Amino acid sequence: MKKTPLYEEHIKLNGRMVDFADFKMPVQYSSIINEVKGVRESVGIFDVSHMGEIEISGSDALNFVNWITTNDASILKLWQVQYTTMLYPEGGIVDDLLVYRLPDSYLLVVNATNREKDFNWIINNKRGNVDIEDRGDDYFQIAVQGPLTLDVIKRITAEDPSDLPFYWAKEESISGNKVLISRTGYTGEDGFEIYGDSPLGMKIWDIVMDAGETINTHIVPCGLGARDILRLEVGYCLYGNDITKETTPLEAGLSWLVKMDKGDFIGKESLIKQEEEGLRRKLIGMRLESRAIPRHGYPIYKEGEKVGEITSGTHSPTLNYPIAMGYVEKPFHKKGTKLEIEIRKKMIEGEVVSLPFWKNGSIKR
Amino acid sequence: MEILEELLYSKDHEWARQENGEVIEGITDYAQSELSDIVYIELPEEGIEVRKGEAIGTIEAVKTVSDLCAVLSGTIIEVNKELEDHPELINKDPYDAGWIVRIKIGDPEELGTLMEASEYKDLISME
Repeated sequence: MKKTPLYEEHIKLNGRMVDFADFKMPVQYSSIINEVKGVRESVGIFDVSHMGEIEISGSDALNFVNWITTNDASILKLWQVQYTTMLYPEGGIVDDLLVYRLPDSYLLVVNATNREKDFNWIINNKRGNVDIEDRGDDYFQIAVQGPLTLDVIKRITAEDPSDLPFYWAKEESISGNKVLISRTGYTGEDGFEIYGDSPLGMKIWDIVMDAGETINTHIVPCGLGARDILRLEVGYCLYGNDITKETTPLEAGLSWLVKMDKGDFIGKESLIKQEEEGLRRKLIGMRLESRAIPRHGYPIYKEGEKVGEITSGTHSPTLNYPIAMGYVEKPFHKKGTKLEIEIRKKMIEGEVVSLPFWKNGSIKR
Repeated sequence: MEILEELLYSKDHEWARQENGEVIEGITDYAQSELSDIVYIELPEEGIEVRKGEAIGTIEAVKTVSDLCAVLSGTIIEVNKELEDHPELINKDPYDAGWIVRIKIGDPEELGTLMEASEYKDLISME
């Protein structure tokens, strides 16, 4: 099991450590519900150093990134960030990821669970004059998220990052240490993600925490449990649950990440075919009537017939009712459709609702 | 981890407070801490007969779900209805406000199968 550069911090904070994607990670510190609340109302801090970074450089870097991803990387300006997917030729998803356009390279930030798979996939599909480097262990990554995040970050950066737009990055200096910050996150709240050399991780974490204290803003350390609920409340997909090798971006409601007119890319033909034949199923959001929690793998029924399966579900602390995402056959994906989820042999009624579940996040679009 | 001297304990991490031929049952401080963030509890119906060890309810925490088992055989004579709206009482006060059911003891000899506080302490120190 590997440790992130923040491991000692988690131990100091009494984090409940679990094995996740080859890393010892905190699933929670105090209480998952309190951590979620902290992010929705104030500021939360997350160690996300387990995420992978793959750097692509060389004269054909842009063409190569556009070949392996579905979004159009050619529209990225220097320091801009893009959410995208990588596909198998059959149209299933290898991973969802962020692409950062840096001065001399493209930095791909990938899911922790997929680091090795993605790196091998990219190497095996190499085209043209490109260098592919696994930078996963070189960087720490800290996410600072919540409506009051800017107040904290602008106290510690050399320049004021207030005008940094959503999905843009910049080089910054924090107490003389060079870092990369971006206005990105996985919570639906305003926030920044900070990348830097791994040995600096602990120091930057402490600087953020101290800044919060100085301005009397409570910063809540958050574990994987809170991170999972926060993303689900705003309808963000989790690889391995809501998107997998078996699902396409079209089915997952991620067609906005697919640019058919940009030229050829891996998986394009399969998506065109799927579009022509029509989708058979869609990823939906559901709200439940009871308080029982729908969980990954629970079957979804319509009048006694199985029409789908839950991919993610939880009790939403922000909304105070159970929420879930899952795939259902068309036409049961339509908003307002009444469905039943089987929870411990009981049929629990639910309704298809639009995503995101939580619509009042502080995110700056 | 708080373990009260005057209670009896099951290996499933339930506690029992004995009084006048009845027991009050809840889950231990250790159990609530392991579950963390309890958000829903399915309680049994009052009046039903239960057997020791039988699943009589369900405790849903954010990360996981767990059965509530009858600590002894007998009749459920009362359930803590407060928990329907405030399941978090189990996290906050597992030995008092977070009690779950009251059982009329069916077989007093079963009391001997439960653990004393010191035995329970040994059990959780091994987990």
